[in-house]
Amino acid sequence: MSDIFKSLLGIIGERGVSNTPEELWFYSRDPGVLTPHLPDFVVAPKTTEQIQKVIQLANQEKIPIVPMGNGMALTGLVIPLKGGIVIDMKRMNRVLEVNEKARYAVVEGGTSQGVLKAFLQDHFPHLRHSLPDAPPATTIAANVALHGQGRLTQQYGFNSDMVTGLEVVLPTGEICRIGSPSLGPYWFSKSPSLPDLSGLFLGWLGTTGILTKVGLKLYPNKKMRDVELFVTDRVELVSEILYKLTHLEMLEDINIWFQPMPLVFKDNYHITIYFTGDTEEEIEFKRKMIWDAVQEFIDTKDAGFMGLGYMKGTLLETPQRSLAAFADVPKGGGFEYSGPITLIEFFPQYAAKVIELAKKYQLLYASSARVISGGHSMMFSISFAFNRADSAMMTRVKEALSEATEFALDMGGLPWKPNFVEQKMTLERMDPNTRKLLEMVKKTLDPQGIMNPGNWEVS
Amino acid sequence: MEWAHQIEHADIVHRCFRCGYCKFPSDYVDFNCPSYKAFGWDTYSPGGRMWLIRAWLNGEIETSPHFAEILYSCAACDNCKEQCVFPRFKDLLPEIFQEAKEALVNEGKIPPPVRDYFKAIAVNGNPYKLPGEERGKWAEGTGLQHFSDQEYLFYVGCVGSYDEVGQKMARHVGILLRDLGISLGILGSEETCDGNEVNVLGETGLFANLAEENIRQFLEKGVNKIITLDPHAMNAFKRDYPELGATFQVFHFTEILAKLINEKTIAPLEYRTKVTFHDPCYLGRHNQIYTPPRKILKSIPGLELVEIRRNRDDAFCCGGGGGNFFTDIIGQGEDSPARVRFREALDTGASILAVACPQCAKMLIDAAKAEGKEDNLKIMDMAEIVMKARSK
Repeated sequence: MSDIFKSLLGIIGERGVSNTPEELWFYSRDPGVLTPHLPDFVVAPKTTEQIQKVIQLANQEKIPIVPMGNGMALTGLVIPLKGGIVIDMKRMNRVLEVNEKARYAVVEGGTSQGVLKAFLQDHFPHLRHSLPDAPPATTIAANVALHGQGRLTQQYGFNSDMVTGLEVVLPTGEICRIGSPSLGPYWFSKSPSLPDLSGLFLGWLGTTGILTKVGLKLYPNKKMRDVELFVTDRVELVSEILYKLTHLEMLEDINIWFQPMPLVFKDNYHITIYFTGDTEEEIEFKRKMIWDAVQEFIDTKDAGFMGLGYMKGTLLETPQRSLAAFADVPKGGGFEYSGPITLIEFFPQYAAKVIELAKKYQLLYASSARVISGGHSMMFSISFAFNRADSAMMTRVKEALSEATEFALDMGGLPWKPNFVEQKMTLERMDPNTRKLLEMVKKTLDPQGIMNPGNWEVS
Repeated sequence: MEWAHQIEHADIVHRCFRCGYCKFPSDYVDFNCPSYKAFGWDTYSPGGRMWLIRAWLNGEIETSPHFAEILYSCAACDNCKEQCVFPRFKDLLPEIFQEAKEALVNEGKIPPPVRDYFKAIAVNGNPYKLPGEERGKWAEGTGLQHFSDQEYLFYVGCVGSYDEVGQKMARHVGILLRDLGISLGILGSEETCDGNEVNVLGETGLFANLAEENIRQFLEKGVNKIITLDPHAMNAFKRDYPELGATFQVFHFTEILAKLINEKTIAPLEYRTKVTFHDPCYLGRHNQIYTPPRKILKSIPGLELVEIRRNRDDAFCCGGGGGNFFTDIIGQGEDSPARVRFREALDTGASILAVACPQCAKMLIDAAKAEGKEDNLKIMDMAEIVMKARSK
């Protein structure tokens, strides 16, 4: 038994450390298309102090550390590119606090989206958080660490904008609190009126520390939710329709999707409009406002509302289980997407690119965009389903997504949760002084380069 | 010798996305896969298991004691089948796990407790390594008749025959049904293992022998209708035996009790107490029997039925399924499913935890002891509760 393994056992205990071929194989990969790489050890801590000790050990031995939630980014962010220790955070799965009146929750770093949703439904049914459409096993900390989005992103911005405080174990082993919890017991602000240190961790994909606690804003959970589906076959009108809808300032969420199969959806652009209310009157008022906002497109016969029928329940489900089911359309269990953050006005160009890529690489596409923060930007998902048993198809997906990222960068977009190759592409195009600043921050925080190495590496 | 691993559904194993829906109940309140809850590694979740089976079929990992432990820690509770988002594929998950275990059986690379379990069944006809003659001892003093031409065979199974908790439950059920006028007989020392766990653990050859022998005996004795004590036995009789030619009508005892309540044969007296009910996986998710036990409890005047947070098709398994009752591969400890489930039942504030399966009963009684809370929540079987209500 190696000394490191013994040390890890001493820190976490027998059931929390593994170097068996089975765990190493599993934790060497994610469900995406990137090549796996074996870790040396996998650990599953239950406390911040255990993580601190693991990081202290990793510093001493110069071993890479890779934090992992549920591994659902799909872009290889939890693949231990340089081996080392994968830290499975999911045993830290508790909701620690809800401040009802200040509307925030504090959760442990491995808490899943599903657990927080259920906890709020049980104990604070009038509160909710911005639930992503990713499977419920995905963790809140991982989601904010990669600037994830959720059901309330249209109204309130990226889920990382909703953070109200952090506890982080730094790459050098110190436990550090960010925002209001650094000064007192309350988790109501990640920065104002302090310098915003949360930016040292949010969006860094686990390369600057491990989030062991996250404070998160909660929002009113209205008694009713409803949905309308507005459809046009004129892609050039989508951004204008979205501009009218976001002007209302009253919508929960807006998603735009298009896909070639089943054929009933082919060549149409579907704008799913979610809205909420506490009374029927409020719902009907908002419905009228929505209809009024897009009436001109109906009058010109360029667009119209689609009867929802059987789809309504599916669309209102949170998280939407049917999205995961897309992975099995080619009977292959694989699904990956590139989701650049970009301007809504570029929707037609991105839509054309998806169709072009699908044709070029002979892939099945489904594209979905989400309006962010009242229309300041959107996440445009270029999604391909693949057959995991077909390695040639997986290679084509990889190439198509790489080309999609090139395109997004050409268009001035920002790759979302980029894989290590896309990060390099991004860094190459970045303003040199910005890149230098990034490098300075990373080197200062992680002098030994042990945190999720291979990611956001400037040099 | 190099083995080319093979299972019947090898061609679809890659379709698991490992999205993790299978780990949860429908509202995501906690992890609902017993082995994942106990071990905490993704490899012990249904998705992890599925991905490892694929790696093993592809020769990327070898058969090992740890791989076998991962497969055999599955409690066969069917939560994954209930929650997986892929239509049709989801129905095959338990079969794929069972096929992989069968392959390990064929390779002779199964965990020692599983091997010992099979051996005990093969040699003794029961996992307790006790003589077959002792199988009917549980009924001594009850006055229950040997099966001859009664309407029902009351089949108690291995746990009901040999385990102290199971025997008590078998006596309660047998006596109650008889007292309510049900025409039933038992097989006593002639009874043998139903094989449900043998099958789930992958010893399909042994299972076929047991099933064929049981079917032969039942036919020879003129059995048409069977009441089982154990939902596991009911599952084998209802779901697997017909493939081997069985045509018996099979009921769980709670179905019979609920029918008697419907017919007003049972008229319970007032029993002021607060009760919660644990859904056994083989009664609930496997066979969709959720209403009868609740109907029985609700028929008792003064009895307040409160549900455990996770109930019906979201119920959390006690961890005894998939042979773990005997092999204990999931193991003990604070995160063991039975202790988690007992704590969840305790949270209801009930005084009684009602059980309908002898395996669940034993698991939860042991969990109550481990938690040091035997006095806070009394575990009673459904028949015992009805008997108490009738004697008030």
